[in-house]
Amino acid sequence: MTVVITEPNDHEHHEHEHHDHKPGGIKRWLYTTNHKDIGTMYLVFALIMFFIGGAMAMVIRLELFQPGMQFVDPHFFNQMTTVHGLIMVFGAVMPAFTGLANWMIPMMIGAPDMALPRMNNWSFWILPFAFLILLLSLFMPGGGPSFGWTFYAPLSTTYSGDSTALFVFSVHIMGISSIMGAINVIVTIWNMRAPGMTWMKMPLFVWTWFITAFLLIMVMPVLAGVVTMVLTDKYFGTSFFDAAGGGDPVLFQHIFWFFGHPEVYIMILPAFGIVSAIIPTFARKRLFGYASMVYATASIAILSFLVWAHHMFTTGMPVFATLFFMYATMLIAVPTGVKVFNWVATMWRGAMTFEVPMMFALAFIVLFTIGGFSGLMLAITPADFQYHDTYFVVAHFHYVLVTGAVFSIVAAVYYWLPKWTGNMYDETLGQWHFWCSLISVNLLFFPMHFVGLAGMPRRIPDYALQFADFNAFISIGGFLFGLSQLIFVWVLIKCARGGVKATDQVWEGAEGLEWEVPSPAPYHTFETPPVIK
Amino acid sequence: MAQNKPLIGKLLLVTLAMFGFGFALVPLYDVFCDITGINGKTAEVAATSDNAIVDTSREITIEFLARPNKDMPWVFKPEVHSMKVHPGEIHIMNYLALNPTGKMIVGQAVPSVSPGQAALYFNKIECFCFSQQQLAAGKDMLMPLQFYVDPALPAHFHTITLNYTLYDVTQAWAAQQPQQDNIGE
Repeated sequence: MTVVITEPNDHEHHEHEHHDHKPGGIKRWLYTTNHKDIGTMYLVFALIMFFIGGAMAMVIRLELFQPGMQFVDPHFFNQMTTVHGLIMVFGAVMPAFTGLANWMIPMMIGAPDMALPRMNNWSFWILPFAFLILLLSLFMPGGGPSFGWTFYAPLSTTYSGDSTALFVFSVHIMGISSIMGAINVIVTIWNMRAPGMTWMKMPLFVWTWFITAFLLIMVMPVLAGVVTMVLTDKYFGTSFFDAAGGGDPVLFQHIFWFFGHPEVYIMILPAFGIVSAIIPTFARKRLFGYASMVYATASIAILSFLVWAHHMFTTGMPVFATLFFMYATMLIAVPTGVKVFNWVATMWRGAMTFEVPMMFALAFIVLFTIGGFSGLMLAITPADFQYHDTYFVVAHFHYVLVTGAVFSIVAAVYYWLPKWTGNMYDETLGQWHFWCSLISVNLLFFPMHFVGLAGMPRRIPDYALQFADFNAFISIGGFLFGLSQLIFVWVLIKCARGGVKATDQVWEGAEGLEWEVPSPAPYHTFETPPVIK
Repeated sequence: MAQNKPLIGKLLLVTLAMFGFGFALVPLYDVFCDITGINGKTAEVAATSDNAIVDTSREITIEFLARPNKDMPWVFKPEVHSMKVHPGEIHIMNYLALNPTGKMIVGQAVPSVSPGQAALYFNKIECFCFSQQQLAAGKDMLMPLQFYVDPALPAHFHTITLNYTLYDVTQAWAAQQPQQDNIGE
């Protein structure tokens, strides 16, 4: 997928510069329909949410630093685990990917903007209200949601407080925002590719987001449905999940995980796209196996609809069903393995350099694969009875979501930051950020495997004495990882304010349309589409 | 812009269809469980025993569990906790219910069979769980269950556990009684 532009855009950009009529101050951001502005807002919002969710993780680790009850009462602890999960999934990881999509997809396919700019503005601006509702519910009498981010019935129906109604509305708004964002991405990619940008010439980040957007419009409505059922069960006398009225609480888990499993791929497929962009740049080689990457992404997306019940092995499913879900789950390791193999093959005999984006991408490959392996262990039904609801599960999904999704987002930010700001970030500080994060994140999540295998349950504010040393380690790792992210903020602010000027191509090995426009990318790009050979 | 509209329409249709599908999962789940009998739900209507064949070569242990839901004040228990039966034999089992409170309460028992797959072979000819049961203040009663185990029960089942959970449905019952304002007196 070599992309060549016949016409340089420089003169275009100069003639547009003087008719960027932007309202000043806050109105610019409130009214903007520009994909770059909206992308920036999504990314800043995600960063703020990452720190709010992170602060909740710090409360959790503070309480778990020593056995016994130290700082918070169990009910508040439960609210912290619940809201930490919700914020990180819906407030940090998903908006960060949407922000990257907004910034990069039009520039990567040679489009002037997203297809539906007005809707784009709406899909961002309803998001802060969703999280305001969720966060303010923590201050209600009786506290915020405390039933875990998975809100299993009857915890969320019979045994929850009145903040549940606010939780449901806030999830509705998040869902509407995601669905609008996804529709925008699909329409943009479908209709607005530059002439010559055929499907199989699209960068993988565009491909993975295209498939992710389909997953979003297929499962976010199911999430909206299941939270609505929780709402009516709690307040309007229906019995979807209440056995006394003919319902079934296990049904909740089926519907929830029918959404929930594709959701985990929504949070990892764009990461695959990012890594597939970064590795070739710094290995100075073309991506190995482009077509197989596309097919692998599509197979993962399709398989993700057939494996939901592997979250429910202990609900007493018949043997046949557990076998089906076990094998279907293991099958996902095949396309994922294809991807890891292709990344490694891309680096093979490449002229590699190790700037910060590459370091995070390399760490992603190794650590995400560890998370994938623990996922395979969890997929083995008989073993899952031992691992279920322990810290082993916590270790697994933090390896795939923190060292997977979050590391890929950080890598993407370092990779495209010079294009966004026109300045190179501080490489030394960036390397400090990487090494501090790498060491602390493993100190934080690796020992969780051991305490989990030894039987420490998740979501409990206290634990047996034999887990004390490991938990002290884990907490220290957690605090260090939290502090390390302050270096990231420092790098971002420093880079936004100035620094060595970046060239248009930024990275020696970078290829693609986004590197053909000037740095910083002008407010309007590709108003006349580039011609791609 | 105009060429975007048909695509947006289709994508919105997918979104709406998937919202509907979430709700369609509720009846689909029930149908699926009815056909396969995998979640231990027994039939909600009476079975007829046209099958006179009794398989005396096998003996199945039936265990009876009964518990009132935490909001249900009745005392509720089976006469015996287990019995051995031959497949095909018709048996009657009585459950004792006692309302120790000072007001009339309506109860509904919900059965569950374990292991789940055995539910398809556990047939109830008559059961108090088919309808709601009323008990006036301080009264008790015996509630009968007439059942047989289908001789087609696969050979690897030796024990079947039948559990009843009893729920207080007085409020729902009262809501369905028009013109009756002296409930609970």
